[in-house]
Amino acid sequence: MCLAIPSKIVKIETGMGTIDVDGVQRTCSLLLLDNPQVGDWVIVHAGFALHKIDETAAMETLRLLKEAAAFAEGPPPDEPPHETD
Amino acid sequence: MALKHIDEYRDAALSRPLIDKINRISRTPARLMEVCGTHTVSIFRSGIRSMLPDTVSLLSGPGCPVCVTDQKEIDAFIALARLDDVIVTTFGDLMRVPGTLSSLQKEKADGGDIRIVYSTTDAVEIARKNPEKQVVFLGVGFETTAPTIAASISTARRLGLDNYSVYSAHKLVPPALDALMANPQAQIAGFILPGHVSVVIGLDAYRPFFETHRIPCVVAGFEPVDLLQALAMLVEQIEGGAPALANAYGRAVTAEGNPIARKLLDEIFEPADVAWRGIGVIPQSGLKIREAFSDMDAEKIFDIQLPESRDPKGCACGEVLTGTKTPPECPLYKTICTPIDPVGPCMVSTEGTCAAYYKYYDDR
Ligand code: SF4
Repeated sequence: MCLAIPSKIVKIETGMGTIDVDGVQRTCSLLLLDNPQVGDWVIVHAGFALHKIDETAAMETLRLLKEAAAFAEGPPPDEPPHETD
Repeated sequence: MALKHIDEYRDAALSRPLIDKINRISRTPARLMEVCGTHTVSIFRSGIRSMLPDTVSLLSGPGCPVCVTDQKEIDAFIALARLDDVIVTTFGDLMRVPGTLSSLQKEKADGGDIRIVYSTTDAVEIARKNPEKQVVFLGVGFETTAPTIAASISTARRLGLDNYSVYSAHKLVPPALDALMANPQAQIAGFILPGHVSVVIGLDAYRPFFETHRIPCVVAGFEPVDLLQALAMLVEQIEGGAPALANAYGRAVTAEGNPIARKLLDEIFEPADVAWRGIGVIPQSGLKIREAFSDMDAEKIFDIQLPESRDPKGCACGEVLTGTKTPPECPLYKTICTPIDPVGPCMVSTEGTCAAYYKYYDDR
């Protein structure tokens, strides 16, 4: 399952980042990211940050997610990525 | 088709103009396929299917990684779990997939050391903490997941671990698109290309496929409005007779993808001809571990005995994955095969097409 929600890097320690996913903190690997910085918005898949997105795009995505959550049933968009694609 | 939760959906302000546009311009009957399991779930959950004109039908393709994993590979995973002094690590969605004789879940219940991890970082950590055991990660997934598994091999090498290995059953999306086009029965008029696979490989990776087939192709994000945007672009291309390779997920997908991830994939893996469930062998559609890392290739280092692999009897997963059958056309659907007691992987995985139909499609 792809996790569409953007996360913000709040701490970096030896290649691992602490990310904030809509209020919930998790760790993820930053190995696949070029020059990660605290404050970057990232897309995370299976515990690895895959892509940096700029803040405007991140906000836009969060807005879409909130809109989607308002009319779709099912698990919230911040469920952990338990699938493998 | 009756779908649940439609009324709520109609109110979405952003989506409305896109729905109207698709309904206004679509004339030509078109079968459009999404090849990403997360898209399948999002399309069903949001009720998009019932918003579309009769001319547009949506097919779910081979986008659920567990569903396309060949039965022989599932049997190999189970055989690995039966070895002494081996800890098998995996993402959770493989656990219930039925192999020929067993499943990982059954093996675990019978005492096999099988651990579900959130990320390959956890699998490497398990190897570090258990030097007396061999730790195998079951590598299943497309280009999005494969770099995270490549990273674990590279990290294990750097840490000098001699007890970590990967069974690589990874699959690649662009060669699968070629294989889908080779099947005239599916009559695919356009593709919704996967979002996060494209984050890694980039839009340009589809260029050779597009140049060969000249079929409308649009990369989409995961929200209903993202998917509707992609659908509107596909319908526009079809009606205008001008197929294009386009990107409706610009906030995440670039032309070249993620160069670090692509380099790591290339360093650890090489493309190989591999079998997909229900489709057969597709040339250069899998990733096998390169010779330089063969000491971490579980396929090479363990001597496992496989039963004569058999796909589940009567299961139409193969036809479902190629868009030639819908789940309700499978005689076992909802009768013998349910999410509680699934016959095939398409009903096991939450991203499987049969499971999505079961949960969201109201065929009463
Ligand atoms: S309904 Fe069950 S048996 Fe039929 S194709 Fe789907 S998974 Fe296979």
